Amino acid sequence: MISIFANYGPDLLLGLGRTLLCSVIALFFSLIIGSMFAIFETTPIKFLRVIARIYIEVFRNIPLLVITMFFYVVIPLTFAKVDGFTAGTIGLTLYTSAFIAETVRSGIQSVNSGQMEGARANGMTFWQSMRLIILPQAYRYVIPPLGNQFINLVKNSSVLAFVAGFDLMYQGNVIASNSLDTINTYMAVGVLYLVITMPLSYYMRHLEKKLA
Amino acid sequence: MSMIEFHNVQKYYGDYHALRNINLTIEAGETVVLIGPSGSGKSTLIRTVNGLERIQEGQLIVNGQDLANRKTDMNRIRKNVGMVFQHFNLYANKTILENIMLSPRIVLKRDEEENKKLAMSLLDRVGLADQAQKMPAQLSGGQQQRIAIARSLAMRPKALLFDEPTSALDPEMIDDVLNVMKDIARDSSMTMLVVTHEMGFAREVANRVIFMADGQILEDDSKETFFDGQPSNERARQFLGKIITH
Ligand SMILES: Nc1ncnc2c1ncn2[C@@H]1O[C@H](COP(=O)(O)OP(=O)(O)OP(=O)(O)O)[C@@H](O)[C@H]1O
Ligand SMILES: [Mg+2]
Repeated sequence: MISIFANYGPDLLLGLGRTLLCSVIALFFSLIIGSMFAIFETTPIKFLRVIARIYIEVFRNIPLLVITMFFYVVIPLTFAKVDGFTAGTIGLTLYTSAFIAETVRSGIQSVNSGQMEGARANGMTFWQSMRLIILPQAYRYVIPPLGNQFINLVKNSSVLAFVAGFDLMYQGNVIASNSLDTINTYMAVGVLYLVITMPLSYYMRHLEKKLA
Repeated sequence: MSMIEFHNVQKYYGDYHALRNINLTIEAGETVVLIGPSGSGKSTLIRTVNGLERIQEGQLIVNGQDLANRKTDMNRIRKNVGMVFQHFNLYANKTILENIMLSPRIVLKRDEEENKKLAMSLLDRVGLADQAQKMPAQLSGGQQQRIAIARSLAMRPKALLFDEPTSALDPEMIDDVLNVMKDIARDSSMTMLVVTHEMGFAREVANRVIFMADGQILEDDSKETFFDGQPSNERARQFLGKIITH
């Protein structure tokens, strides 16, 4: 494994960087998109609830690889050209958003309904109440499951390998076929995934303790 | 001028007819106590006044605006009509001071310095100025309820609605809350609609007592008629006998 790092270090680091970049972008946007659909699901407006339901059911129940292939193959046929990295990141974001929406929704629903009533009765709009009172409490409840979603997201970013996204998994595949040292290559790749996921996991646990 | 007017109001929860043909006028500055057995529709009635519940038929005019009209801006009503709940509903993620200052800041856009000054004077008025930096969960029920009242007052409302404000409290804390409420009721400009079975409070500061059962108003008396004379409705008489003796 040492020799893999020695011989292919720069390639692995490049892959690690790509994986990290894709994860950060997807994490940021899936948290926003997921929270938005979670709020849609809890609004009194039926139309928004239906939209959210459809989104979540569709993206949650199709394999990530299929979603990613759709953006990689189908979108370029009709709209703009997208490279593998972009297609993969979009696919991963939309896929993860569905799970985050479900998680955040459960958080919103575990906040006592009196909180919303208190805020509304004091003249705040639905959106103000959501942003200032409900969501801060909801996120607290769902830090552990959100942490799981984030870790899944990092691992799922390996889907980029299938669409030439030059991520860690992709580089691993290339190195494995060049070096013919499959075992050590994938062990090295595994270690590098841990380099991202372990601190993330540790940070989420720290956050959970701090806010408890 | 009347603050609240119900004209033939009907309210349904699905098929269930929760408010039946309500007619009721409350003048500005009046204190009205609403009583009745569990499930009679007291909470429903009071919650229609600030639009937490919608009505299906009739007219409901609050502070000159018709709540039956879908175009009526509920947030504008709620700036003028505060509500105090049985379980306080303080914002669990905000300090006591922030609970009071939040709505005046973001809804009324009140100047921050003035906002803080008013909040502190309200805290003082309810006897809790030393608790400003605590979180709601650190306070007793009676203290939380007094904060909830201060939070409503910070909006400088024309009317206040109270839905069983003392029924979740330990007995020794009830008086502190009632005293604050009496204090507000004596302010002649505040309109108050109070669901409570605290008859001492009603005797002392109410102008009128209303008895509800099965979604209807069965009795609407001046305080004097209600306590010193006799309610004409049989069920109201029985109910009064029950809550006064125990
Ligand atoms: N959201 C709702 N959906 C369906 N039915 C409801 C709803 N809220 C209240 N009800 C029903 O309407 C009736 C009146 O309820 P309401 O809460 O207004 O009574 P109440 O007089 O306040 O009773 P309590 O003294 O127990 O608080 C009850 O039969 C209740 O079950
Ligand atoms: Mg009630």
